[in-house]
Amino acid sequence: MREFRYERAADPAAAVALLAAAPDGAFLGGGTNLVDLMKLGVATPDVLVDVRELTSREVADLPDGGLRIGAGVPNADLAADRRVRERFPVLAQALLAGASGQLRNRATTGGNLLQRTRCGYFTDVTKPCNKRSPGSGCGALEGVHRNHAILGQTIAGSDDPATCVTTHPSDMAVAMVALDAVVRVLGPDGEREIPIAELHRLPGSDPSRDTTLRHGELVTAIDVPALGMPSRYRKVRDRASFAFALVSVAAALDVRDGVVRDVRLALGGVAHKPWRASAAEYVLRGMPATEASFAAAVESELEAATPLRDNAFKVPMARNVVVRTLLDLAGRDTERELA
Amino acid sequence: MTTMDRLVGAGVDRIDGPAKVRGTAPYAYEQDPGEPIAHLAVVQSTVNRGRISRLDPSRAEALPGVLAVLTPANAPRLGKGLASDLPVLQSLDVHYQGQVVAAVVAETSEIAKAAVGAIAVGYDAEPPDVALSPDREDLYAPEKLMAGFATDSIIGDVDGALAAAVVSIDATYETPTQHHNPIEMHTSMARWDGDSLTLWDADQGPHNIVNDLVTGFGLDAGQVRVISPYVGGAFGSKAFTHPNQMLAAMAARVVGRTVVYELTRQQMFSLVGHRTPTIQRLRLGADPEGRLTAISHEVVEHTARIAEFAEQTATPTRVLYAAPHRRTTHRLARLDVPPPTIMRAPGETPGMFALESAMDELAVVLGLDPVELRIRNEPERDPERDLPWSTRNLVECLRTGAERFGWAGRDLRPGVRTEGRWLVGTGVASATYPTRRRKAQCRISVDGAGRYVVEIDGSDIGTGAWTALTQIAADALGTDMASVELRIGDSRLPFAGGAGGSTGLASWGTAIVFTARDLRKQLDEQHGGQPPAGGLSVDGELPGESPHAKTHSMHAYGAHFVEVRVDRDSGEVRVPRATSVYDAGTIVNAKTARSQLLGGFSMGVSMALHEGSVTDERYGHYVNHDLAEYHVATNADIGEIDISWLDVDDQLANPIGLKGIGEIGITGAAAAVANAYWHATRLRIRDLPITPDKYFRELGES
Repeated sequence: MREFRYERAADPAAAVALLAAAPDGAFLGGGTNLVDLMKLGVATPDVLVDVRELTSREVADLPDGGLRIGAGVPNADLAADRRVRERFPVLAQALLAGASGQLRNRATTGGNLLQRTRCGYFTDVTKPCNKRSPGSGCGALEGVHRNHAILGQTIAGSDDPATCVTTHPSDMAVAMVALDAVVRVLGPDGEREIPIAELHRLPGSDPSRDTTLRHGELVTAIDVPALGMPSRYRKVRDRASFAFALVSVAAALDVRDGVVRDVRLALGGVAHKPWRASAAEYVLRGMPATEASFAAAVESELEAATPLRDNAFKVPMARNVVVRTLLDLAGRDTERELA
Repeated sequence: MTTMDRLVGAGVDRIDGPAKVRGTAPYAYEQDPGEPIAHLAVVQSTVNRGRISRLDPSRAEALPGVLAVLTPANAPRLGKGLASDLPVLQSLDVHYQGQVVAAVVAETSEIAKAAVGAIAVGYDAEPPDVALSPDREDLYAPEKLMAGFATDSIIGDVDGALAAAVVSIDATYETPTQHHNPIEMHTSMARWDGDSLTLWDADQGPHNIVNDLVTGFGLDAGQVRVISPYVGGAFGSKAFTHPNQMLAAMAARVVGRTVVYELTRQQMFSLVGHRTPTIQRLRLGADPEGRLTAISHEVVEHTARIAEFAEQTATPTRVLYAAPHRRTTHRLARLDVPPPTIMRAPGETPGMFALESAMDELAVVLGLDPVELRIRNEPERDPERDLPWSTRNLVECLRTGAERFGWAGRDLRPGVRTEGRWLVGTGVASATYPTRRRKAQCRISVDGAGRYVVEIDGSDIGTGAWTALTQIAADALGTDMASVELRIGDSRLPFAGGAGGSTGLASWGTAIVFTARDLRKQLDEQHGGQPPAGGLSVDGELPGESPHAKTHSMHAYGAHFVEVRVDRDSGEVRVPRATSVYDAGTIVNAKTARSQLLGGFSMGVSMALHEGSVTDERYGHYVNHDLAEYHVATNADIGEIDISWLDVDDQLANPIGLKGIGEIGITGAAAAVANAYWHATRLRIRDLPITPDKYFRELGES
């Protein structure tokens, strides 16, 4: 573990200025992931700028019925918020499917979005990992990868500096992606808004970068626009609690007169980022809300899957749980649920 | 037991409970050695096999707060005769990944860990050889197995009987490497006063540790004191000395003050042992009525290159069922892995998964109720030793369990019950574990006021021994618990073996009973039944095994009934309810016993569904070396568990009539889950753990 300086700032702008001047520094939120990585030597910041008390811990109503969630809101508080539970069940369920009660008390909304992968080669500094140590290779491609990605990986050989086959670990982010959330960011050059689908990235040729954030940019809040349809989150994991997703599904479905008017679908545990199933959504809109339609839609999404030696099970698993989740949602009466 | 008992059998609250809840019961890391403590952290090898070619401690030594860096070049020489991985820092050779190659002693734990990062090590390494396979050409038969069991047992003409059998099965089962992962990490705190060593330690019995320190540091037994009154779980990983005790003592000697070494969770996966993986081929032959004609159980497992550990995996097959022709064998591969060790019911736990899965498969072929199949193969005598049982109530466990669980009328067909999207099934398996006892000594003193002090180096690793031994002592002394002060967990106390092999209460409790009898006899005969004003102290001893152990076969038994649900979309598995019934002889404390049996069964569910250390054969390491990725069952994974026991005792085993309960709960439990999984899904998973990916594998969808 590297020695580091701990800093507090008067306000978010001061925190941003502090970090902008520290190229090897990092913001500290709940610390539930970063501190672990520091102990393991995976993260080696020389400065920690504590923002947990700086960013808002409020959940505020937006005029359209959406919510503005302060980046400092603990996961547990967000999951318990009545407005979240009523308007965005998919978000509350995703939060409660993640981590443990103790961790959710400590973890922040902003920090949750920025979790690092739990790939066993990333968290072990004695093994190769292009994400942790660019150019060192990918231990997982031909190693232990049962719970790795089936979509959007960079597969160019174990020694290739671009190879990365890991997943993003967050449940909350999968729901946020389905909800078309907007991430509000304060940086050295001022504020900007990032549609959440553009926050996380695929490994491409640079697996070291998880997101499109620039150094010094601080997530201050997340806006969740009104949804207007029933939603739910389904997570499949190796045990009943405290395990990362093998596959998860965040879905919202608007069915009128037996026809899909609108649908949102995002998958977790399958890619380097929360995977918006845009192809499936496109296929499904206007189709009858039947098992056959749902199956056809998800098949169109999973056609692109490139499973690894030991994780091909995720394709039928994702197919099954997407179809089941959509059937569950279709069984509800949208009009009544929204009344 | 007789009706004279007042306390044995009662569900007495733990006497150490309040101190533990308040945080005043000192675990090893919390002990006060009476002086400032220095901290130790280690550098571990990143290769499995080779030799250190370069090790530069200079940057670490220069860091402020670093007191010493120990390396193979400068570490004190330990005495000859240390086995396995105990000659720490004595050589440049590397035998397994994670081996300690240097250690830093510093003013704080943070400085020590930072200094570890400043030590560069180079290796001349060979590729790791860590893959276990039944096809390896270098498999060998060990001279004997753990606990003195014979390597092989062959009775009759097994191959002939199998070939002639009307009904037979032939299946291979696999269990993975497992790591114990007690909550409390292994911790050793060492202080030297001249040539006398005090070690506050997390172990399963101080006397188990003393000898290695005596050997390593060239001391007399009287110069070493190991103190371990409270231990936060162990499961076998704390039974024997590991590098942590040697390192703490070595470092304390070098820096001249108290040193503590607490392992990190990650280090728990390389420095304190594991359960060997197994590959087990089971062949059963039977007549059309389901009477076994032949049993063959062939085991392949691993051991370390630097130490032989031969797990007794097929030994339960030697006692559980009758069959005229029988064979058990064990073969080992020496691999570049850390030394395996005992883990809760070593042998029985993996072995019973295979045997009890195979019995279920045979019942399926026969179209017979699996409970009935077991009852039809109940042996009248120990089938291999040809001895009578001391007591054996397996059939009654099966019948009682079936009744409590609601087994009657079970549809034998698999894959036909659903509830919503759940596929529902039920399964059964037997449990068995040997009943033994070991040598133990005890001292009981009474003062003029009738207050007793009972001293014995027993060990409570979270089991409830503090309480149960006090109950036994109070009954044996004819007094109440408040009049008995128990002292355990200190090598200065009269000798006792550690907690292990489910022998704790049988050994320590019996020694207490014998000593109490002597004391009461002396009081009666010499003091008119009253304690003399100056008090009285008596030393007693239990020599060892029961005198009946050579003429009778002694075992605990049990039966598990389990309901399993499998989500037909995701392959997720749940165990909503289970019933376990035990024949474990006298139950000393109904409350802590229930916890022990519940914990054992839960560990079996965990084995069935979750646990497994996954090896990367290229790099030779366990990839999932933390508790986020090495999955153990959470509370949410354990449903309603109905625990009960038969009202029986075994007076041939020991005067208390108990059989030991630390391990019986886990044996057979994984098979019951796997059998119920088959009944729910039609899918027979023969390689643990049964994770959701295997559902799709068996369906042919991945």
